Amino acid sequence: MSAPVIVPGVTGRRPSSLRPTSERARRRRPAGMRHRRRSVPLTILMGVAVVYTLLPLVWLLINATKTQADLFSTFGLWFGGEFALFDNIGRVLAYGDGIFGRWLLNTLLYVVVGAGGATLLATLGGYAIAKFRFRGRSAAIAVVLGAVAIPGTALAVPTFLMFARIGITDTPLAVILPSLISPFGLYLMWVFASESIPDELIEAARVDGASELRIFASVCMPLLGPGIVTVLLFTTVATWNNYFLPLIMLRNPDWYPLTIGLNSWNNQATTAGGDAIFDLVITGSLLAIIPLIALFLLLQRFWQSGLAAGSVKE
Amino acid sequence: MTSTTRARRAGAPRLAGLGFLAPFAIVFALVFLAPIAYALFLSLFADRLVGGVQFVGLENFGSILSDPRFWSGVGNVALFLLVQVPIMLFLSLLVALAIDSGRVHGAAFVRLSIFLPYAVPAVVATLMWGFMYGDRFGLVRGFNELLGTSVSSPLAPDTVLAAIGNIVTWQFVGYNMLIFFAALRTVPASLYEAAEIDGAGELRVVTAIKLPAIRGALVIATIFSIIGSFQLFNEPSILRNLAPNAITSYFTPNLWAYELSFSGQQQGLAAAVAILMGILTAVIAYLVQLRGMRREQR
Repeated sequence: MSAPVIVPGVTGRRPSSLRPTSERARRRRPAGMRHRRRSVPLTILMGVAVVYTLLPLVWLLINATKTQADLFSTFGLWFGGEFALFDNIGRVLAYGDGIFGRWLLNTLLYVVVGAGGATLLATLGGYAIAKFRFRGRSAAIAVVLGAVAIPGTALAVPTFLMFARIGITDTPLAVILPSLISPFGLYLMWVFASESIPDELIEAARVDGASELRIFASVCMPLLGPGIVTVLLFTTVATWNNYFLPLIMLRNPDWYPLTIGLNSWNNQATTAGGDAIFDLVITGSLLAIIPLIALFLLLQRFWQSGLAAGSVKE
Repeated sequence: MTSTTRARRAGAPRLAGLGFLAPFAIVFALVFLAPIAYALFLSLFADRLVGGVQFVGLENFGSILSDPRFWSGVGNVALFLLVQVPIMLFLSLLVALAIDSGRVHGAAFVRLSIFLPYAVPAVVATLMWGFMYGDRFGLVRGFNELLGTSVSSPLAPDTVLAAIGNIVTWQFVGYNMLIFFAALRTVPASLYEAAEIDGAGELRVVTAIKLPAIRGALVIATIFSIIGSFQLFNEPSILRNLAPNAITSYFTPNLWAYELSFSGQQQGLAAAVAILMGILTAVIAYLVQLRGMRREQR
């Protein structure tokens, strides 16, 4: 995570008129810090905020080590009598003929095809809008900017009604197809492509006789790398965390992603004759969040600069 | 020769541009435009016991608009919007300003910790908080036993909206903070230097330089939060199993639309709810944007 790597990523996506400004802004940090004393009250205030955000995660971690009996009988923020984490993990993976593993694979399928496809479509589309002039371009821009404001939840019920008519509900396709569109991703790639690919580079490749597809694949794609990773990260989160869409589309537990599966385990406790498995819900939740948190920690520099790109929208 | 090459060169990218956009455009039409059109179509029909599916014009909209359950749901999300969104955005702004001021120890750790909940699925976030709220094995019970108090679980009808507000705040305070923080980083250093020369205090720098500089980010975050509030679904839907008495099937408009399209099989009504909420959301988001922009021009 060395600083020089961040620099091209961040400045590369600023509108060029802003670039000198943002460079100055970056430089102000070390200069500003020299005469700024750290404030203890402010640090304590931020400490409270950190406790608030980490508390539920700590609670989850602690309670994933408990047996169901200890869950009900011991204090929530301290360990129970028995350290049952590995036993719990084993039982999560074994319960219901190993359905948790199946749900994990389903989630991976939806993420790889859905988020991967969304990133590909957004990259191609963003590149088209940034680097080509064609009929319908401004209409496409207007539609995409409008669509950025339409959340998936607003479309879930209408999409379900339509898919039910076509007869593709309760199949993976019903979850994957709507995941393929990320207007915000396309917007990010548009901004990113405008700033990181010089027109002269494309012109030169054309003069050399390269086909448009080849220009995109071997000249432009490498320059778009950081933008692609950012969009991939955000579409991955959206797909991994998706709840409403799979809830409405899927009936067969074999196609559930982790989110719906965990919720169905939780609901078991309230159904008549259902097996209350809170210990498995808690340990399963822990297992479900670890991959994404790890991904975010590993790819920090991408999402931090990626959001910066989104915020200079005006 | 030169003129034909130029013509070819100008013509080829034109088609290529459309070609690059086509995959997105086609899927977009299928999963964005078509469902909206289909919902508009469905909202004009009703499935009657006698006579089957019939064209009923705007009747579905009429019956939704005169149904107290719709207004109860709208009331809930409106209250949520008026209370939760300002609290969340204020907290996000506070953290962003604190980190940007360079006066916090361990600022990078603070930033990362507060953003982390964004990576937690709504299902897990809601289950965690739901369990913690619970008086069976939750923290509420734990603290009651520890302190000998008898605080009741927040999952009661009167307080459940606040309980949901806390979950949503927890999930998104870091995301909004990061948007504000990123915008703050683009403020040119020369402005701070000028302010310093003028002897402006920290608070004055915040109100005169920082806040105006990130107005765009504030407007965007507000719009997204408004949309999120109106579309509230995940948290109440998941909490319903932990608090069945506190959350009705029409607690939010989205929950009701879901109920109508499944349990009720009343697709026309479900489509009408989705369309009405879409229009309401768009109008309010547009007004905020208009107001935000007008201020900017002043």
